[in-house]
Amino acid sequence: MTPTVNPSLSLNLVADLRDLFQFPFMVHALEAATIVAVLASVVGWYVVLRRQAFAGHTLSVMAFPGAAGAALAGWPAALGYYVACAAAALAMAGTGPAVGRHKSVASAVIATVQITGLAAGFLFLSLNHQILVGLETLLFGTFLGVSSSQVLVLLAIAAGVLAVTALIARPLHFCTLDPEVARARGVPVRALDVCFLLILAFAVAATSQITGALLTFALLVAPPAAAQLITGRTLAGLVVSVAIALVVAWLGLAAAYFSIYPAGFYVTTFALAAYVLAWTARAARGRLAARRRTRLPSAGVLESG
Amino acid sequence: MTETATSEPVAAQSERCTAAVRISGASVRLGGRIIFADVDLTVDSGQFVAILGPNGAGKSTLMRAILGLAPLAAGSVQVLGDTPAGARSRVGYLPQQRSLDRAAGVRGVDLVRLGLDGTRWGLPLPPLGKARRRSERNRIAEVIELVGASAYAGRAIGELSGGEQQRLLIAQALVRRPELLILDEPLDSLDLPNQAAVAALVRGVTSRERVAVLLVAHDVNPLLPHLDRVVYLAGGRALTGPVDEVITAPRLSALYGAPIEVLRTSDGRLVVVGLPEAPHHHGDRHEPQP
Repeated sequence: MTPTVNPSLSLNLVADLRDLFQFPFMVHALEAATIVAVLASVVGWYVVLRRQAFAGHTLSVMAFPGAAGAALAGWPAALGYYVACAAAALAMAGTGPAVGRHKSVASAVIATVQITGLAAGFLFLSLNHQILVGLETLLFGTFLGVSSSQVLVLLAIAAGVLAVTALIARPLHFCTLDPEVARARGVPVRALDVCFLLILAFAVAATSQITGALLTFALLVAPPAAAQLITGRTLAGLVVSVAIALVVAWLGLAAAYFSIYPAGFYVTTFALAAYVLAWTARAARGRLAARRRTRLPSAGVLESG
Repeated sequence: MTETATSEPVAAQSERCTAAVRISGASVRLGGRIIFADVDLTVDSGQFVAILGPNGAGKSTLMRAILGLAPLAAGSVQVLGDTPAGARSRVGYLPQQRSLDRAAGVRGVDLVRLGLDGTRWGLPLPPLGKARRRSERNRIAEVIELVGASAYAGRAIGELSGGEQQRLLIAQALVRRPELLILDEPLDSLDLPNQAAVAALVRGVTSRERVAVLLVAHDVNPLLPHLDRVVYLAGGRALTGPVDEVITAPRLSALYGAPIEVLRTSDGRLVVVGLPEAPHHHGDRHEPQP
């Protein structure tokens, strides 16, 4: 698939940017990517902290049953995806605590939900007697043909999900780090587990509109994982995570616009680069700190705030 | 929001006159098995009390009953003159050997802060809470100083030793000025000098923060110099009283229904000999969680 335009990268940054913004489809794509990057990197920060990447991956493959079911029922594919994701989140939440003592059971439950979803998708497909239209788009995303109404839908979903996340942020953080004490203090740990899986379901479904179902982690896991390598502080970590995701998404789209290769490839590559950079920086800093500590054995200042 | 306890010192003071914990005729049954039956226990405010007993005697379950996390089959539990659930905001709790895996990258001071604001919904609004945030920061620094963790509270949890982590967790449990502090095996997995240091720290905390402490332990020895009372839990029953009255050969023998000897070494350590359980049996120490 080649775009109808034939852009070329010049050395003039202003001209390149003007080139980038001259088509409405590209503006919509950038708007959608911005919304999705913020949503995915904030929700993903908790995913990485809670070690729920496997749950996230399972939700991302719900694109298949979601889209196949939607095609069968005559719904828009995106709606089918949201419904399938929410159903899978509830199935995972209903069958065991995501955080706590029974981690091995939880991962087996998630795997079972995943294969059940994929099998259901296969069934829907054969019931429908047809090949799934736009399979490649579903799996690897697209930035061509994002309409302004789709951008508005994304904006509404992201605003809602982020508002709920902000509301439960501190109790969620508490029961993620310290579930036993949180429970003893009256934090509804179980309800927060379920609530966060639903937040994750919506974030995954929204992210996949840009990155495709298979590449959601490029924005959902890689930027927050890099941020958590850089800082252990909550607020700073979230800011860094969002910043990385925005840069990755924008650069990915721009690179795809000026070349013949797909956006998903670039977004993923830049996300990987951010992670590798963060890892290298942390390793270097750790070595420096170790050297400083051996020189000054009693150095240690209480920082707070 | 459960802010009332910390912001109303007058009400809190009057509550200190009632017992911190009053348990009468309490029984807990988990999965059809009676964990303990007919346990009576009173902890007065400001007292340092240890719950001792062999593995699987129901020590942790008794703690959970006091926290309102394990339902009673019979009897009653009163905490700070209230129900266990109602007293939650005035109780600090340190569970047994929790995994701090997920908190490995988090700074100690942030873990302590969770004790203060981890139960609050919504986000802190910057223009409204400036004075409150300053007082919270001061309280966090104060409690970290109290447990002697100031030198390393700014470092990541994963970089700290077990003893350092335990001090920060005690600080987290203390940060809201609880009237009752419940510590489940806080000395477990610490080396001997750290066991003695943490026991002395907890004793100091009871007087400086005027908090009653209920502490579960395997081994009474590091605690002996500091305790006001002990509760000995065995065979589903409990013995309560001062250390010298409870840990005696006749009383422990009666509790177990088997001959038991209590020896006192020259440096004052008590050694309990002849417990029915094999002493080197280290199976699953964790009691079933409901």
